[in-house]
Amino acid sequence: MNKENKASAAKEKIKKEPLFHIAKRAPLPFWKSAMIRVIAVLLALVVCAVVCYILGEGKVNPLELFSKLFEGNFETERKIWRTLKDIAVLLCISLAVTPAFKMRFWNIGAEGQVLVSCLASVACVYYLGSSLPNGVLLLCMFGAALVTGILWAVLPAIFKAKWNTNETLFTLMMNYIATSLVSFFLIIWTPDGSSSLKEFQIGQLPVVYNQYLLLVIIVALLTVGMYIYLKYSKQGYEIAVVGESQKTACYIGISVKKVIVRTMIVSGALCGLAGFLIVSALDHSVTTNTVGGRGFTAIMVSWLGKFNPFIMVLTSFLIVFLEHGAQEVSSDFPAINSAFPSIITGIILFFIIGCEFFVNYKLVMRQKEESAK
Amino acid sequence: MFKRVLSLVIAVMMIAGAAMTFSSCTTGDDGVFRLGVILLHDEFSTYDLNFINGINAAAKALGLTAEQVIIKKNIPESNDCYEAACDLVAEGCDVIFADSFGHESFLLKAAKENPNVEFCHATGTMAHTEKLDNFHNAFAAIYEGRFLAGVAAGLKINEMIESGKITAEQAKMGYVGAHPYAEVISGYTSFYLGAKSVCPSVTMEVQFTGDWYHETKENNTALALINNGCILISQHADSMGAPTACEDKGVPNVSYNGSTVKDCPETFIISSRIDWTPYIKYICEQAMADKPIDTDWTGTIANGAVVVTEINEKAAAAGTAAKLEDVKAQLVAGTLHVFDVTKDNYITVNGEKVTSYMADVDTDDKFTPDTEAIYGGYFHESEKRSAPYFNMAIDGITILNNEG
Repeated sequence: MNKENKASAAKEKIKKEPLFHIAKRAPLPFWKSAMIRVIAVLLALVVCAVVCYILGEGKVNPLELFSKLFEGNFETERKIWRTLKDIAVLLCISLAVTPAFKMRFWNIGAEGQVLVSCLASVACVYYLGSSLPNGVLLLCMFGAALVTGILWAVLPAIFKAKWNTNETLFTLMMNYIATSLVSFFLIIWTPDGSSSLKEFQIGQLPVVYNQYLLLVIIVALLTVGMYIYLKYSKQGYEIAVVGESQKTACYIGISVKKVIVRTMIVSGALCGLAGFLIVSALDHSVTTNTVGGRGFTAIMVSWLGKFNPFIMVLTSFLIVFLEHGAQEVSSDFPAINSAFPSIITGIILFFIIGCEFFVNYKLVMRQKEESAK
Repeated sequence: MFKRVLSLVIAVMMIAGAAMTFSSCTTGDDGVFRLGVILLHDEFSTYDLNFINGINAAAKALGLTAEQVIIKKNIPESNDCYEAACDLVAEGCDVIFADSFGHESFLLKAAKENPNVEFCHATGTMAHTEKLDNFHNAFAAIYEGRFLAGVAAGLKINEMIESGKITAEQAKMGYVGAHPYAEVISGYTSFYLGAKSVCPSVTMEVQFTGDWYHETKENNTALALINNGCILISQHADSMGAPTACEDKGVPNVSYNGSTVKDCPETFIISSRIDWTPYIKYICEQAMADKPIDTDWTGTIANGAVVVTEINEKAAAAGTAAKLEDVKAQLVAGTLHVFDVTKDNYITVNGEKVTSYMADVDTDDKFTPDTEAIYGGYFHESEKRSAPYFNMAIDGITILNNEG
């Protein structure tokens, strides 16, 4: 069968246009895209209510469930602070991964970069804690966290820049090394074999008003700083250009290799800061689970927030809100399965991420024959 | 851009406003007794399930309603544990119980800030040195249960030797351990001694997985031990990995944390476990009556905290039940000691009997041994504090790896 025959046969087959097709939208006015998002959230809540009613075997009132989501985050002043603290930590890591992702450098190693910085901070306390005053110790911890965070981030960047290795695999592998290093040192530091390091009393950040306020302030400043860096600095512009097109970057004389390495240094340093903050302000200890997947969640926060630090405040709030709410639900409704809150979280995130499709694309239905003519 | 940010900020403020209306409905102490529980995982881990069962049984016995027992599941060993404890205080709990070793220092922090609430921690070691009125540790003399399970294993091996299936020299057991930590060492040593008390030629190989819960690793470790010539397997890790490996290979298994007979009908012999019901009941009763709770509470066979499950007659040797009743009676009466150092061919290190051992009872940073544990002819396990501290390496047990 020759080409022409084939084409005409295909034409025969598809007499009609498909029922609908997908077309890219022109940028929507703000109120329209906001409407789509609001509708998505409302739909998600309706689906949640239905699932909740079915799985809870009628015992769980969906409205009560939603009020529990709020209670888990805001019921008391302490809970509000806890919510703020968790937003701050997640946002800090998200800010750290943002420059790299904006540059389209697929750094999925934030988990390891933060964890290894936590480990470095704790190592300072373990080996130097008894001989240094608190202020100097904190500086040492901070320095060590920065250096290790940068090291973990810049190694894949150098390999990428020099030999074009795959940064996704490289950064992923670095995570495993970090986790194993933590297990290794925990075995050395706990000769009783428990691998459970006691919370230490030195090397803690000072308490300002309460133990979380300082953390929140630092991250708030960082958010503003990152916004300015990405939007108004020359380096931020270079990141955006490299992200859009490396060829364009080359053409206008940006050294792509240099930008990649430099950006990963920034990214690693911020991961180091996050690790330092987790250890010195919150946990005062380290386990293999100290970062607890937030290095990966941060990627979602960053993408959902379209690399805009201010929108990322909202997306990290959304994720923390769901997490706390889900925990409250599982402790207040012992009758339902403990996996249930994760289902709720999943449904809501599915709708929110899914609605981005409708913000960017539209479905064009098949025109009627008459109108087509 | 600015417009978008502004509207999002307004949205946050509206949510916060809604929050303020919710925040007024704080529950505090309203005279109703409440038990708060912090669990590392949920009912899908055998370790946590064992606690959940104990809590439910105690709540039923005390007539507590569902509202009086607040359980927080999947709380990691981090600052989150402190937050969860504070939540429970705010929700009006009078007693707060946490189930994982690594929760301890975070629970302790909450205990210091809330002197009117009782904090009880299972498996911990710090209560007897911290000396807080409202912070308590609990564990069980589980080595007694392990010993009983070991006796059942020894009887099974004797049966295999008598039937000509193996020779006395081939009597080698395998043990899948989590971490090389006193709790595990104490457990496998007492298990080994139980078997040795009825089958003198038995030896044992131990391999650690470095994980409390890792199904694949536990499964592979059990298979490695079986391939290494072990004819009976036991484990101290929380998944079904080792029991299922045994069922696949037709190798007898002595389990932990609860019966696995449903999944392993051909190979499951018996399991020892800690029943937390007596302790949960005890702390609730003491708190309700405003009476002090023991700083260190040790469950035993006598007070019902150390139990063995029903014997699976299909896999166990004939006469196991009667023998176990006999041994159990001797343990309760105190005429038999698991870590008896005077018996011949029983506990030796490098071929010599042991007369003295300094154990690390008071936890410090350097883990220095501080307390003589051997006197009166036996090693006094779980008496100086509730958590195990026996960590001697005795003859007959070979450690295959030291992965932690």
